[in-house]
Amino acid sequence: MNARIDLALSRREFLKASGALFVSAGGAAFVGDALAQTASAVSSGAKPPLLPTELDSWVAIGRDGRVTAFFGKMDMGQSLDIAIAQIVADELDVAVDKVDVVMGDTALTCNQGGASGSTGIFMGAKPLRKAGAEARRLLVQSASQNLGVPAAQLRVDDGVVSVVADPSKRVSYANLIGGRYFHHQIEWNKKYGNPLDIEVQAKPKSPSEYRVVGKSFARRDLPGKVYRTEKYVTDVSLPKMLHARVVRPIRAACMVAGVDEGSIRKVKGARVVREKDFVAVLAEHEWDAVRASRMLKVSWNHAKEAPFPAMDSLHDHIRKAPVAKREEAVRKGNLEGAFKTAPRVVEAEYEWPFQSHASMGPACAVADVRADRVTVWSGSQKPHFTQLGVARLLGMPPEKVHVIWVYGPGSYGRNDAGDAALDAAMLSKLSGRPVRVQGMRNDGIAWDPKGPACVHRARAALDASGKVIGYEFVAKGFSRINIQTNESDPSHSLVGMSTGFPPKPSDGFGVPAESYAFENKLLAWETIPPLLDSCSPLRTAHLRDPVGPEIHFGSEQFIDELAAATGEDPVAFRLKYVAAPRDAAVIKAAAERAGWQPRSGARDRSGEVLPGRGIAYAQRGGTIVAVVAEIEVERKTGRILAKKVTVAHDCGLVINPEGLRYTIEGNVVHGLSRALFEEVRFERDRVTSVDWMSYPVLDIRDAPESIEVVLINRPEIAPTGAGEPTIRVIPAAVANAFFDATGVRLRKVPLTPERVKAALARA
Amino acid sequence: MARIKFAVDGKAVAVSADPNMPLLYALRNDLRMTNPHFGCGLAQCGACTVHLDGEPVRSCVMPLSAVAGKKVTTLKGLGTPEKPHPLQAAWVEEQVPQCGYCINGWIMTAAAYLKKNPKASEAELREALAGLKCRCGTHVSILRAIKRAQSQMA
Repeated sequence: MNARIDLALSRREFLKASGALFVSAGGAAFVGDALAQTASAVSSGAKPPLLPTELDSWVAIGRDGRVTAFFGKMDMGQSLDIAIAQIVADELDVAVDKVDVVMGDTALTCNQGGASGSTGIFMGAKPLRKAGAEARRLLVQSASQNLGVPAAQLRVDDGVVSVVADPSKRVSYANLIGGRYFHHQIEWNKKYGNPLDIEVQAKPKSPSEYRVVGKSFARRDLPGKVYRTEKYVTDVSLPKMLHARVVRPIRAACMVAGVDEGSIRKVKGARVVREKDFVAVLAEHEWDAVRASRMLKVSWNHAKEAPFPAMDSLHDHIRKAPVAKREEAVRKGNLEGAFKTAPRVVEAEYEWPFQSHASMGPACAVADVRADRVTVWSGSQKPHFTQLGVARLLGMPPEKVHVIWVYGPGSYGRNDAGDAALDAAMLSKLSGRPVRVQGMRNDGIAWDPKGPACVHRARAALDASGKVIGYEFVAKGFSRINIQTNESDPSHSLVGMSTGFPPKPSDGFGVPAESYAFENKLLAWETIPPLLDSCSPLRTAHLRDPVGPEIHFGSEQFIDELAAATGEDPVAFRLKYVAAPRDAAVIKAAAERAGWQPRSGARDRSGEVLPGRGIAYAQRGGTIVAVVAEIEVERKTGRILAKKVTVAHDCGLVINPEGLRYTIEGNVVHGLSRALFEEVRFERDRVTSVDWMSYPVLDIRDAPESIEVVLINRPEIAPTGAGEPTIRVIPAAVANAFFDATGVRLRKVPLTPERVKAALARA
Repeated sequence: MARIKFAVDGKAVAVSADPNMPLLYALRNDLRMTNPHFGCGLAQCGACTVHLDGEPVRSCVMPLSAVAGKKVTTLKGLGTPEKPHPLQAAWVEEQVPQCGYCINGWIMTAAAYLKKNPKASEAELREALAGLKCRCGTHVSILRAIKRAQSQMA
């Protein structure tokens, strides 16, 4: 605790040192070189290496007493950073507004897996909480020596340690260590990524001691976003930076036959760069890059056979396709026996299309590749893995690559951001200049990795009394990891596959997450081979709550079908079978808040507008959520309008209720969009969803009138995730409400007006 | 190439460029005003929305030649933290953003609409804002914020 540093550890200074602050001067934007600045700012005493075993890797106290927490995950728009600040503030006994959170910079944060699987608090907060507790322990120990009073007789209030019996005897954190490193070693579990955790001597506080955890605090990014002073990755600008657009083929399965460089001669300063099947144009001015990309003539060698099935036979293709991998997550009891003896068997199949991340803006990245070091600014969810991918793509050691995460134009998984980062690195290498690349709209819809299309088969055996004695759910579809969840290997990027890195497909899917206690039960998944091995616009990867909405659209609709088959109320039916008490509590809470009353007999369905209500519930990574959707179906137009959505949500200890509420609202609306509107369209050789007309999404006219959220706070249970659980039950809740409204089932997403009208015609 | 003069957020500017170049690129690249975003380049999402003589336009498709002699207002010119537009204040009060990339479209379109229709009903607001995109699903809080701003402006 003695080496002095001259870094004023305020958020502003830290961001400046990290290169994440962009200082505009005289119209030219300037970005400092992070590593050099950080190093030169240390006047004496070396900064300990950025290792999980150094307390300094997690937390720092500035000369002004402000605390900086170094977080190896980042906020994707749900204000995760404020929750981390609350957690660290409680452990250190400082005010929340004195804690700054640095996120996702590979030079300043450990690899905690980036934004991933709703683990931001669930897993990501664990080392931060412990580091905060350990820092407090060391500071109190230091104060004890300083004041000559045993630690047990000291208390801490907002960063000031004082003697309980004589508060005039006091010393502040700033005086104890401000601006210096702890140089304190801790243990870690030797697992990089989401599970990264540390062990410290200090004992973190118990929930009863929390002062700020559990209260709502305002987001920090908001004024910057509303007054537009916050910089997005799209706003990063470097001296001598070139603008680039990657030129991708219109058809899938194409290789470059030739590039007519003369075709862009008229665009001043524009030029072509090509590496194998990767083609891009570069220009000094962004508009010239856009124009050149439209004018450039590339001749492509097409594959002889069109790679995709006809779109209307996609789900037949999935049914018939060979199984690449099968996994039985749950198999218990005697299924065969149950189905053989059952007097009644209920069966159904559910279909889900390819869906796009279709982020608000196409992805963007800026890269500056020098001979000895590389800096990349990226909105990718996983900058530490981007660092590895860029290093491999360029053949450089990872420690020479610095990736700085900056807010991107929306992110819901492995979208186009991972591709953009590696594109920028390749283009900067090829051009010898810093390069900013952003996609056009079709790059974000036609060319992002897709959520997998799938078909789910469900069947149940009922005995004479209507009891479920056998239950089987088999999900079958394209793998959710044909492209990995991160871009640490160029084989999982378009530029990598275009320049000689072989595709490395993996197989994974999932099964329903619930606690239905059916005696004989099988939950299994099957993957099928990709339609095209390399550079496919229909390659599949993680899209918000990977395969969750897909699977539960089937499984939670099937539960409803069983309730209907046995003449039971959908809420009562679920409560009859769920085994976990927390699950039952969540289902009851949603039903109660929505004013759910069991109903005997069918609705009056004579009107032009048919009202309906439906419930669905699921677990996800320890979190439990139940949703009641109240909808109206317009007979004439086939339109489904979700009027009111009620969510009950139990993710253990609630850190920031308002932040959690907004996170859930976003899930609801994103889920409605995917259930009602979203479907990637394609022809035999290309994706034809290229913009918002050909990939429709939810419009404000279709937004719910209200979203009611019941937060079930369980301080005794460690917090789990909220970024994704709710979205997985929205499609089934809507489909179940549709059945309630109309008496017919819609088992294919999206629930479009055409499908609604066709279903009503069948009714 | 042409030299085109106009005003942005109260300041006179001149840009020498292809007159067919969309205004968005003049703002972001020539004038270094990065606050309007590129979302689609097709006038389908609203992320690039600015006011042209008080009317909301999609700057990603507005040719620079059409801007000559006119007044452009961006979100940054609409209000500041010290002197916010009621919609900006309401966006903060209601904690609207998820990623926030869509904000230009909603606030700039709603600001122009509320000026003419301060007492618009929720149904009218939904129609007026139809077509604007938000992928993080903040629509419900967007409506809350606009209603809050309406009550402030009344």
